Amino acid sequence: MRPALVTVAALALMLSFACQRPAVQPVAKGPATVPAAIVEVSGGKQVSTIGTPLDQPLVIQVNDAQGAAVAGASVRFHSAPGVIFQPASGITGSDGQFTFAVALGGMAGRYQIVATTTGASGKAIELRMDELALGFEQNQGRQLSDLYCTRCHDPESTAERVSNHDNLTAQAHAFSDGAFLNKMSDADLMAIIQHGGPALGKSAEMPPYGRTLSKSGIQALAAYIRAVADPPHQPGEAVYAQR
Amino acid sequence: MLFGDSARAFGTLGVVLLLLLAIVPARDFFSEWYRYQKGYLRLIRGRDDAITLQRRFEGGIHQTWIPELGVVDRCGSCHVALKEASLRNVGIQPFRPHPPIPHSLDEMGCVMCHRGQGAATTVEEAHRSAKESEDPMVPARYLESSCGQCHMDKPTGIPRLNAGRTLLTRYGCVHCHSIVLPDGVKLAPTDDPPSLQHVADKTTREWIFAWIKNPQAYSGTATMPNFQLKDEDARDISAFLIAQSTMLASSAAPASAAASDAAALQAGASMYGESFCASCHAIQNAAGLLVGGNVGPELTRIGTKAKPDWLRAWIGNPKGYDPETLMPHYRFDDKQLTLIAGFLENKTDSDFMANVKLDQATPRQVAHGKLLVTEMGCAVCHEINGIHRPDNFAPDLTAVGSRPLAKIVFLPEMPRTLAAYVEAKIKEPRSFGSALKMPQFNLATGQVDNLVTALLAQTDRARTLPARLRVAGHASSNYEPAGAAGRLMRDLNCFSCHSINGRGGDMAPDLTWEGSAVQRDWLLKFFKNPNTLRPTLIRRMPKFNVTDQEAGMLTDYILAVYQTPAFDRDSPQPASDASQIEKGRQLFYSKYACQACHIVDPQKDKGYIGPTLTEVGSRLTAAWIFQWLKGPQTLRPGTLEPDQQISDSDATSLTTFLMAQKGHAKTQEAKHK
Repeated sequence: MRPALVTVAALALMLSFACQRPAVQPVAKGPATVPAAIVEVSGGKQVSTIGTPLDQPLVIQVNDAQGAAVAGASVRFHSAPGVIFQPASGITGSDGQFTFAVALGGMAGRYQIVATTTGASGKAIELRMDELALGFEQNQGRQLSDLYCTRCHDPESTAERVSNHDNLTAQAHAFSDGAFLNKMSDADLMAIIQHGGPALGKSAEMPPYGRTLSKSGIQALAAYIRAVADPPHQPGEAVYAQR
Repeated sequence: MLFGDSARAFGTLGVVLLLLLAIVPARDFFSEWYRYQKGYLRLIRGRDDAITLQRRFEGGIHQTWIPELGVVDRCGSCHVALKEASLRNVGIQPFRPHPPIPHSLDEMGCVMCHRGQGAATTVEEAHRSAKESEDPMVPARYLESSCGQCHMDKPTGIPRLNAGRTLLTRYGCVHCHSIVLPDGVKLAPTDDPPSLQHVADKTTREWIFAWIKNPQAYSGTATMPNFQLKDEDARDISAFLIAQSTMLASSAAPASAAASDAAALQAGASMYGESFCASCHAIQNAAGLLVGGNVGPELTRIGTKAKPDWLRAWIGNPKGYDPETLMPHYRFDDKQLTLIAGFLENKTDSDFMANVKLDQATPRQVAHGKLLVTEMGCAVCHEINGIHRPDNFAPDLTAVGSRPLAKIVFLPEMPRTLAAYVEAKIKEPRSFGSALKMPQFNLATGQVDNLVTALLAQTDRARTLPARLRVAGHASSNYEPAGAAGRLMRDLNCFSCHSINGRGGDMAPDLTWEGSAVQRDWLLKFFKNPNTLRPTLIRRMPKFNVTDQEAGMLTDYILAVYQTPAFDRDSPQPASDASQIEKGRQLFYSKYACQACHIVDPQKDKGYIGPTLTEVGSRLTAAWIFQWLKGPQTLRPGTLEPDQQISDSDATSLTTFLMAQKGHAKTQEAKHK
């Protein structure tokens, strides 16, 4: 019996080796160094529309404890239901970076994109990035803002639009300036759009739009301003879309 | 007896009856909507407004029935808080309130916009029904398609649908596919594929070969799709197109040699800039970025395409070659023509036709080319000698948004939804069969999404909706100015950029009431030498080199004809004493802070959103300024300047102040003093 057992065992061992060999792919090799952190390279804090892909892809980088890039680290992504990743997981390249596209879900709001990799002794290492999906009303506000507001309120110029921000004596706040704008009540925000700066004791360089925009237009503008605020407006309540 | 005795029978039947009676409540108890309603009650229990929310909550199946629209919705059975605005920060479905929209939920129901099976009472069937005859919900990215069932106007809230419908016409989809909007208006193409009847005047066979092989290699923004032609097919088609071409007398060049030394090229580049060709045409700069508009074709490689003689004749008078062209007839003199044509002839790309070697065409090749041109439907878009324009060349897409899934042949591993099918057809039409005729379009992902959105709007439901719900599109006007001035306006193609009485482009200001706005001397000078009013604007009015007589005729016509009936342009100017001017100045700078957007004093003011006002007193009429201040949007709908509800007395003072801004004339006066 014994020799038979040994033969069977030896055969099984040989077979298992034979079967394993083709499976030894570069993929199975772990990263050369151990991941200690994931950092964002680009693509965070974009403003998009519900259900649509973000304009720019997201790029992340995996670093080791010394801050050097880790090639070959496996990363995966998740977020609220409805968010689509392309691809949803992968292996970092030789520069330690990984690029993926994201389409946000069907609910308006902030989405937290979580990138995960595995560090020393199986510890999960995460990076959280915020992306914003605008709903119908906020999108309408965004269009009105692009037409009427950004020339003064956005200090950045584009090829088609030269910013008028620095030509003003008063300081026009960017709509993402949550630290300032979150302190204004909804009523004040609507009032300054409707009646102009002097209504709140501010500069007349902010003209009244009450007769130019409809009431629903002003509401949409306010909804947009609240949506893009950074830090988020009303941080006490649930700000992330979830199931 | 079956049950032994009657007492036992009674007992058994009673139990059976009880069980039967329990089925209905038990079915409810185990249903999904019941579970969700329980979950909702748990969710609101701990909130401050729990009592109000609880009072408004009604259990059981909720149904919205709107027979007129064919809507039977039970969505509210699970989505119980659709109208509870106070729950807007709840992140959990199905308990979120509906986001604000311009329609009432009771009036429209849910499936009108979201599609899906409204009458279903399970999550899976309502949202993702995969039955062949049933409609699943439309994904959020195409949601605007539902708006297109009623909206033929282009409201700002639905940019993707609007962009999609524009693409259908701009990329010429509707040359081949017939698409009738729900209000019965057929979409007409807005691209202008050139006639090929005289194509040999314009370009060479080699260029045609390289172009039809890959239009985007010549110009990344070309809307002509790629037909993925084999070399020998492209060879034969180019042979036929040259063979069918007849020569136009007007394509013979006015004789003058093109100067191509560095100085002449520099001067030509300046001419190109001064003539504001870039308002319509783009050229790639050194960094590879396209600079310029997209009304006309890209000119980065125009010297490789256009024959020098033709190019000079074209710039000399475009209407000689194409009477319908949008390009204005610049009145260039010979010297200017030579400079600008020389500059453009030098815009070449030796790589584009580097590998094109064509032998003399044989009659056999020409005949085969003609066959291909006929089969591929080139004549649907282009006028070609000897080939009739085919009708209904491609399937009608009027009801594509309701195409039953049973009638669709899906590719393997493709999601079995209509949206996915339409998307794949647009992205890679030949993946459905290499023998298919539909060519490959060069579209960005966003553009494909917009097109899918526009196509999904073409539903059966849209055509059965009551007429009162339909919002018609803007009817296009066929306004034509009359007489000699009208002929001149057509020759200069004013309507390519300006709109008058509802007809024309939107690149430049609407001129419907221009006659009430401007002063005669200013307009006359402006025609002779158009200077810009807005320093930050890239697109500007070109100088057309009109004669004094032409400028005078146009000025008189505009001042006499394009007037608003609302007020008299010549009504007397308010008395302009120094105190009124000073009061106006103070209103301008403090109460209304106009300097935030306008410049009156170039030393001090910096705002450059609105036009510069340094010489507004020599440009506009006092009546126009007054009325404009009272309500800018009543004079020009959609203009950016906000209506500040300025009182008559303030408007009078401001008008006096602005009329005192005479620009150079004033500064010269000041110098004399």
